[in-house]
Amino acid sequence: MWKFIHRLASPKHFYRIAGKWIPWLMAAAVILIALGFYGGLVKAPADYQQGDSFRIIYLHVPAAWMSLFIYMVMATSAAIGLIWKIKLADLFATASAPIGASFTFLALVTGSIWGKPMWGTWWVWDARLTSELLLLFLYLGFMGLQAAIEDRRNAARAGAVLAIVGVVNIPIIHYSVEWWNTLHQGPTVTRMDKPAMHISMLIPLLQAAAGFQIYYFATVLMRVRSLVLQQERRSGWVRELLREEGVR
Amino acid sequence: MNPRRKRRLIMVLVLVMGIGGATALALVAFRENLLYFNSPSDVAAGKAPKDRLFRLGGMVKEGSVQRSDDGLSVTFVLTDYASDITVRYSGILPDLFREGQGIVANGKLGPDGVFVANEVLAKHDENYMPPEVAESLQMPPTEKMRREGAAR
Repeated sequence: MWKFIHRLASPKHFYRIAGKWIPWLMAAAVILIALGFYGGLVKAPADYQQGDSFRIIYLHVPAAWMSLFIYMVMATSAAIGLIWKIKLADLFATASAPIGASFTFLALVTGSIWGKPMWGTWWVWDARLTSELLLLFLYLGFMGLQAAIEDRRNAARAGAVLAIVGVVNIPIIHYSVEWWNTLHQGPTVTRMDKPAMHISMLIPLLQAAAGFQIYYFATVLMRVRSLVLQQERRSGWVRELLREEGVR
Repeated sequence: MNPRRKRRLIMVLVLVMGIGGATALALVAFRENLLYFNSPSDVAAGKAPKDRLFRLGGMVKEGSVQRSDDGLSVTFVLTDYASDITVRYSGILPDLFREGQGIVANGKLGPDGVFVANEVLAKHDENYMPPEVAESLQMPPTEKMRREGAAR
């Protein structure tokens, strides 16, 4: 087990193993998202109050969950990179940020589109919406900070500190709807009680969420692979790989 | 674990706990200001700001919605089952506005005790179900929400 993990942490083996996993992960993600969207957008019944408008939940909620999940992955791997000086962990954090920012943006936009007809406004400055917007700025700040620092190790260190400081926002986003009176409704699925959603609507939502999660793993592996190639471009195994592929 | 890694690990943990603690203190201090809206009971207790815009949240009381002849102005009673406040509003109401629905109104308290709103937003609850299920609960959705509102 440990031997496998140690080998995985070496860029060369990671590159090879990740390359094998990506097609399978992508296929699983496409199947799950297709199932979830078909179940949610076509088969699930309309909501008793919102009618068909509630169906944006199948995009909005998985995207919002992913925005939090990816941040935790990013901050954890940045912390591992900071403490144990594992290059691959730093690359995971760097590769996760744009994906997380995209999911955060998607959650904000779909929420806004739903909010106009349902709440009567595109945007309100309540605790949930504001803290989610702050999360988008944290992602963008992390990306900007890393891009602004020339030296790779300094960039990784500065980014890691920012990512770790930003972790404090994650529980605030999750509990904002319980701690304060917000316009955003309380949690439907992620609560101690049983989900406040009919099972015929819930199953497609969970399928879509699982699909989004696997899609994230597939894309982050793709991004880390290309970062590995870029960083190891002068090493022997990359030159050999290029020769095998017939480049140059 | 070698001492340098251990030191960095402790540094990260102290950073997380320090920031977390500082944020928790700040949030507790600003607790009241982070409320998006006040309840009718807050207004009755005189806690809501006077001569200034604030947000009022509550349930639209059953049978209290009255539309005026020009079709745009509407008055209704907002309640949190402890206190009631009459709200006057003219404009477009959101889709989810109905009797028994939770809403948030932004406006000012007039001298006659009527809340004059310039914006009305619907607050949705966290329940999702098909219409048949809502019917078969033997309880109209509004009833269910009122009970939840009272329990809250």
